[in-house]
Amino acid sequence: MLRISKPLIILFAIVWSLAGSAFAQSADVRSIIAEFATTKSFKQVEAVVEKLGATSDPVAAPALRALSDGKLKYRKSDGSVFITVEGSAGLSLIDPVSGEKVDSSSAASSDFKKVKVKNSLRRKIAAVLSGMTLQSKSATRRLAGAKTIFETSDASALEALDAALTNEENAEVKEVFLDARASAILASDRTERAKLDAVDRLAARGDRAALSLLSKFSASTDGALKEKIDGAMTSVAAGQAVWANAQNIWYGVSLGSVLLLAAIGLAITFGVMGVINMAHGEMVMLGAYTTFVVQQFVAAFAPGLTTYALLFALPLAFLVSGAVGLVMERGLIRHLYGRPLETLLATWGVSLILQQTVRTIFGATNREVSNPSWMSGAFEVGQMSITWNRLWIVLFAMAVFATLYFIINRTSLGLDMRAVTQNRRMAGAMGIRTSWVDALTFGLGSGIAGIAGVALSQIGNVSPNLGQSYIIDSFLVVVFGGVGNLWGTLVGAMSLGILNKFMEPYAGAVLGKVIILVLIILFIQKRPRGLFALKGRAVET
Amino acid sequence: MITKTGLSPSAGLGKATRIFIGIILVAAIVVPLLNITLPADNTFHIPDYLVALLGKFLCYAMLAVSLNLVWGYCGILSLGHGAFFALGGYAMGMYLMRQIGTRGVYGNPVLPDFMVFLNYKELPWFWYGFDQFWFMALMVILVPGILAFVFGWLAFRSRVSGVYLSIITQAMTYALLLAFFRNDMGFGGNNGLTDFKDILGFNIQTRETRATLFALSALFLALYLFVTAYMAASRFGKLLMATRDSEARTRFLGYRPEKVKLFVWTLSAIMGGIAGALYVPQVGIINPGEFAPANSIEIVIWTAVGGRGTIIGPVIGAFFVNGGKSLFTGWFPEFWLFVLGPLFVFTTLYLPKGIVGTTTEFWQKLRAKPAEILPEAPPQAAE
Repeated sequence: MLRISKPLIILFAIVWSLAGSAFAQSADVRSIIAEFATTKSFKQVEAVVEKLGATSDPVAAPALRALSDGKLKYRKSDGSVFITVEGSAGLSLIDPVSGEKVDSSSAASSDFKKVKVKNSLRRKIAAVLSGMTLQSKSATRRLAGAKTIFETSDASALEALDAALTNEENAEVKEVFLDARASAILASDRTERAKLDAVDRLAARGDRAALSLLSKFSASTDGALKEKIDGAMTSVAAGQAVWANAQNIWYGVSLGSVLLLAAIGLAITFGVMGVINMAHGEMVMLGAYTTFVVQQFVAAFAPGLTTYALLFALPLAFLVSGAVGLVMERGLIRHLYGRPLETLLATWGVSLILQQTVRTIFGATNREVSNPSWMSGAFEVGQMSITWNRLWIVLFAMAVFATLYFIINRTSLGLDMRAVTQNRRMAGAMGIRTSWVDALTFGLGSGIAGIAGVALSQIGNVSPNLGQSYIIDSFLVVVFGGVGNLWGTLVGAMSLGILNKFMEPYAGAVLGKVIILVLIILFIQKRPRGLFALKGRAVET
Repeated sequence: MITKTGLSPSAGLGKATRIFIGIILVAAIVVPLLNITLPADNTFHIPDYLVALLGKFLCYAMLAVSLNLVWGYCGILSLGHGAFFALGGYAMGMYLMRQIGTRGVYGNPVLPDFMVFLNYKELPWFWYGFDQFWFMALMVILVPGILAFVFGWLAFRSRVSGVYLSIITQAMTYALLLAFFRNDMGFGGNNGLTDFKDILGFNIQTRETRATLFALSALFLALYLFVTAYMAASRFGKLLMATRDSEARTRFLGYRPEKVKLFVWTLSAIMGGIAGALYVPQVGIINPGEFAPANSIEIVIWTAVGGRGTIIGPVIGAFFVNGGKSLFTGWFPEFWLFVLGPLFVFTTLYLPKGIVGTTTEFWQKLRAKPAEILPEAPPQAAE
C-alpha cells in the first residue's frame, strides 16, 4: 500500500510547497501535531492522524509523511515534535509545520523518541493524505488527486473519496471522482454488487485507461465479476475501435481537404480546356510564397496585425497566381489549343521556369511561415484529438468548394464554362466567346491554386519544390474523380484521403501510397473517365 | 522488304538515315580505338571522361528512340518511360552486385553489402539467378516487357488514351519510385546499387571494358534505328501511324488498334530496359532517382526537340539536350532549369516537328514543286 500511495505523497509535497505560507489554520495544525508527543499507543496515534485529516489542511502533509516514514520524533525533555533527518553528527531538526530547519545545529538521537507507526497505520495515513487532496480548495488539485487514485486503484482512498464526493459541487470533478471511486472499489474488499456497478461505471467511460484498468482486474477476479469485466472489456474495446476509426476518418478528411484544395483548380481547367496544367503545383507554391512575403511585410510594418496576415494573404495569393495563370493562358496555352499533350509539355516547361525563379529569389531552403494563434493547438472530441489548423483547413476547403460551386452553377461565367465544357463548338455558335472563357477559367483555376497555397503553407514546408509534392496526387484526384463535375473532385479527394489513412496502419505510409497508386491505375481501367464522367457527345471529342 | 512508302519523308531506310546509322557504326569502332591506342598527348586522343559521357548519351539516345516508337509513331505519350529504363538498370545492377562476391566491405560471399548492413539472413527470392549473366539478360527483357504488357493490356483494352494515359504512366513510375526508396524492398533503398567490380569477369573500371560497353551501346543504338526505320516503312508502320492519327477511324476500318498499341508499347519498354542495362555499368550506379517522374518527362523533351515521328530525331535530340546540359551546368550550374524550361515551351510552340522534322520539311519545300507538298496533318486528332 505504501508503494501505491507514493505518487500521492510526492504530489502532496509539491502541493504543499506551492501552498507556501498560507497558514490559515497552521496554529491549529501545530497544536494537533504537538499531541503526538503524548501518544502512548497506536490507537492514540491513529486518533491524532484522524484529527489532522479532519482539518483538511495541506500544511499537515509533511508531518504525516514523516510519520509514515518513521521520521517524526519528539524531544523527551519538552515534548516538542520535529521531523528529523539522520546526519553523521546526529539528528538535524525540521519544524513539522513551517518546514524550516530548527536552529540547534544537531542533536543527539538519544534525546528523542520516535512516534510509533505500523503498516495499518501507514495505510490510514495514506488515505488521510489523499483525502486531504480531494478536499483541497483548488479544483485542479482535486482532479489531479482523483486521477492518481483512478490510475493506481488505491482502495485505501475509498473513504476519503466518499467523503469528498458528498461535498463536491463541481460537476466535472464529481465525474472524475466517481471514476476514481469505481477504480478504487474494484481494488477494495467491498461487495460484489458494488464492484459490478463499478465495472459498469468504467465501461461507460470507455477509453483506453478504462480498458487497461479492466484488464488488470480481469486477471485477479473470477466468477460473475470476471464475466462482467470481460464483457465490459469487449464493449470498451469495440468502442475504442469505433473511435480509432473515427480518428482515421478525420485524418482522412483532413488529408482529403488538402488534396481537394490542391486539385480543385486543376479540375476546373482540365474540365473546361481538356488540358492538364503541369504548372498547377507551382501556382500553389506561388500562393505559399505570397503568404510568406505578406507575413514578413506585416511583421515589419504592422506588427499588431500579425494574427490577421493570413487574411490579407488570401486575396493577394489569388491575384498573384491568377495573374500568372492568365499570362500563361494568353501567352502560351491558347497557341497550343487542341494539342493537349503538347500543352502538357509546355506547361511543364513553365513549371521548371517558375521553380527556378522562386529558387533564385528566395533561395532553395524552406521558408518559415508561422501559424497564427487561432490556428495552433488542439482540442478533444470524445477520444479524438483534433488540431485547430487541420480543422481550419477542412473548413476552408469546404468554403472554397462551396464558392466554386456557386460560381459554376449560379453565375453567368459559370454558365459559359459549363457550356464550353459540354460542347465547345456549339457554345461558340451560341455566341459565347470561348477564348475568353478559357482565359478566365484558367485564371480562376490558378487563383484557386494560389489560395490553396496559403492554406498549405500552414501545414507543410514552403520551398520551391512545394508544388511538385502535391502535383501527382492532384492529377490522380482529378483523373479518379472525373472531369466536368466538382462533386467528382470532392468525392475523389475525400475517398483518396480516407483510403490513404486507413492503409497507413497496415502497410506503412509509403507502401500504402504505392498500393493506392496501383489501385487508381486499376480503377482507371474500369472507369477510364473517372468516377463522375461526363456523358454524351462530349466524351468522344 | 524495305520499301519506300512516300508516306513520310523519313520513313524507310532513307539516305539520311543510312548515313546516320553509318556514322554511329563508325563511331562505335573509331571512338574506342582513338581512346585506347593513341597516347594521351595526341591531338586525336579521346579522353576517358568523354568516352564515358558519350556512352551515357548513347544510352539516353536509345531510350529516346524507344519512346519515339510509341509517341512519335503511335501517339502514346508515356510519362513513365524512365521506369522501364530503371528496371533494366536494376536488373543489370543486381547482376553486378552479385559479381562482387567476397570483395565487398563485409566480405559476404552471397549477400551484397547493403543486405548485410540491414541484417538480411538470406538472399531474397527475387535475387536468385542474378549471379548468371544469361538470367540477368533475360530479366532485362522480361521485367520491363511484362510490366509494360500488363499495364498496356489493361490500359489499351479499356481505351484509356491521351492525357489520362500520360497521367497514369506517370503514376506508375511514381509508385515505383516510392517502392524502390523503401529499404524493405530489398533493392538497396535510396542508396541503390553501386560499388560494382566486374562484368563477365572483366574489371568494370578498365579502359578496355568501358570502350567495349561504348561500342556495344552504339551497336544497339544502330539496331534500334534500323528497327524503327524498318517498322515505319512496313505495313505495320502504316497501321501504327493510322492509329496515331485517328484511332477511331482505324477501328472502324476493321483493325484492332489496342493490339497494335500493345505490341509497340511492350517492344518500346523492352528497348528502354536494354538501354538501362547498358547505362548502369557505364555510370557505375543505379538508384531510385532514375524512377523520378521529372526524368521521364525529360526523355520526352529529348524526343520532341530532335523531332518525334522521325527516325534519327530522338538521337539528335538526346545528344543536343544532354550535351547542352553538360556544357551549361559546367558554366552556370544553378540555372540549367532556366534553359530547360524555355526549351519545353519553345519546342512545343515553334518547333512542333523538332529539329529533324523542320529541317526535312524545309528541304522538301526547296526541292519539291508546291503542288507536291503534303498537306499538313496534325499528329493528334484529339481535341
